[in-house]
Amino acid sequence: MSAMSSTYTRRRLVNIISLSLSTFAMLFGLFWLAWILYTLFKNGFGGLSVTLFTQTTPAPGSQGGLSNAIIGSLLMSVGGTVIGTPIGILAGTYLAEFGDRGWLAPLTRFINDILLSAPSIVVGLFIYEVYVVRTGHFSGWAGAFALAILVIPVVVRTTENMLRLVPSSMREAAYALGAPQWKMTLLVTLRAAKAGVVTGILLAVARIVGETAPLLFTALNNQFYSNLNQPMANLPMVIFQFAMSPYEDWHSLAWAGSLLIGLFVLGMNIVARALVKPQQQH
Amino acid sequence: MNVKMQPEYKPDTTGATLAPVVVPASPETRMNSTDQRLHRQVLQDRIFRGVTRFFAFFVLALLAGIILSLLVGAWPAIKEFGLGFIVNTEWNPVTGKFGGWNSIRGTLLSSFIALLIGVPVSLGIAVFLTELSPVWLRRPLGIAIELLAGVPSIIYGMWGLFVFAPWFADNVQPWLTESTANIPVLGTVFAGPPMGIGMLTAGLILSVMIIPFVSSVMRDVFEVVPAMLKESAYGLGSTTWEVVWNVVLPYTRNGVIGGVMLGLGRALGETMAITFVIGNAQQPISSLFDPSTSISATLANEFTEATTVLHTSSLIYLGLLLFVITFIVLMMSKVLLLRMQRAEGKQS
Repeated sequence: MSAMSSTYTRRRLVNIISLSLSTFAMLFGLFWLAWILYTLFKNGFGGLSVTLFTQTTPAPGSQGGLSNAIIGSLLMSVGGTVIGTPIGILAGTYLAEFGDRGWLAPLTRFINDILLSAPSIVVGLFIYEVYVVRTGHFSGWAGAFALAILVIPVVVRTTENMLRLVPSSMREAAYALGAPQWKMTLLVTLRAAKAGVVTGILLAVARIVGETAPLLFTALNNQFYSNLNQPMANLPMVIFQFAMSPYEDWHSLAWAGSLLIGLFVLGMNIVARALVKPQQQH
Repeated sequence: MNVKMQPEYKPDTTGATLAPVVVPASPETRMNSTDQRLHRQVLQDRIFRGVTRFFAFFVLALLAGIILSLLVGAWPAIKEFGLGFIVNTEWNPVTGKFGGWNSIRGTLLSSFIALLIGVPVSLGIAVFLTELSPVWLRRPLGIAIELLAGVPSIIYGMWGLFVFAPWFADNVQPWLTESTANIPVLGTVFAGPPMGIGMLTAGLILSVMIIPFVSSVMRDVFEVVPAMLKESAYGLGSTTWEVVWNVVLPYTRNGVIGGVMLGLGRALGETMAITFVIGNAQQPISSLFDPSTSISATLANEFTEATTVLHTSSLIYLGLLLFVITFIVLMMSKVLLLRMQRAEGKQS
């Protein structure tokens, strides 16, 4: 009797300890998020001002803002998204609509999932090799191309997943009306999956806006405004440069830039989730 | 878009209004116009399929292009140093001698530390989210953890350099050194001046960064365990932990390992956060407090400043090695997750 109750107590004890550890792990995860966000707001909020958006990056010790970096980041992110999205949507469409037979679709799906997590710095190296070396200089276009390569796998993945959620009765209805396949795909299934596809694009944008590594060897940096054929300032690179410097005023600009990116990315993530939610209730 | 949806019965309508004798459309003309339209649609469909197929192929070509371009870029270094590059520790741009081991060791070691801390925590989070948390809290908590993945790595880097490293140097490192001083192995691992930045800090920050990836895969695979299995175990008198350890984990083994591999792949390729805190020192290390470097940090620091062909191509060689390592790890992850999915498909 006592042996049994001791086993019982031990099992209960193990259970309580491990479940407390699990709860502790959850708190541990939340703790880091809270700490990072707190730091971001504490250090970045003071730097937010109008001059941040109107003046270019300063020399150490003088007044300035981040306007050229903000514009550069916007241009390259938009460029990357505009280049990468159509490619991603078309490839994703192939996987979902024509991808049940043959070797191409399973292989592409597999490779795409690997590209999704591939180190972004290697993408920078790739664009450096095929574009920067050819043209002979760093440029905003190179940055946009590098970002586009990061956009593609995200969009492919979400487009395929969302198209697969469209009930096949809709496809059959379109076929029954005599619609050719391209019309059925573009006007029926892609339209039905619109919210999900847009979510994928938003997530892709949220991912590339904060990416630094692929821009190191492609867009480089610039102290001034520039066009896409020149090295181009961008928020992540400016943050990197300013944070690594010994100057206090550069540090505070870097924090302000981080806060801008952080807010933007978190906002995008939340909007993307809000878009998907009503779809799941179907 | 300019396909007419109305069938064309030209002879029919014009004939009916003018002449008393209705001339029916000859079957041949009707066939012809339908044929033409069908033909056109078949052609359009073929083009559409071809275009989407082309872009699916493009994704494959992208991978091939990345590997090829890295090979071409790294070729001078590959020719000069061969595979010995991997184990050679000398990295000296002045004398033109390059060996990758310092960087490779940094990448492997920091990722290993990240797994050591990140995996148990992720397991705890996944168990909490699937077994313990009240249902209404699951979604918000899940999103909060996933937001950790959304924080750009440069923010991790700044936070690590300005906030975490000083705190770590003041509060944790001296304590670690003191409390392990007399233990044979740990004593040397945690020795050295508490500088804040270094291998251990890099590993710790990486562990936080991979938690959302690993825990969300684990949560997803835990959720597919059939309720029947769990209920049966509970019915036999198991505790919650026993159900997790003896039923859920064995059932989801492939998926869990796949998730861990995914986290490892992420950790290996992480650049900015590491570059900020690892210390960027090409030197052998004796303790985890020593500043070191990783493949990605070396690339980030030296690439734009490399002046000789050999230096640049050695850096690209490092990038190629990084890509190959992560590719293999991610491939294993993917295969395991697919196997898990397939097993699940068979059951249901």
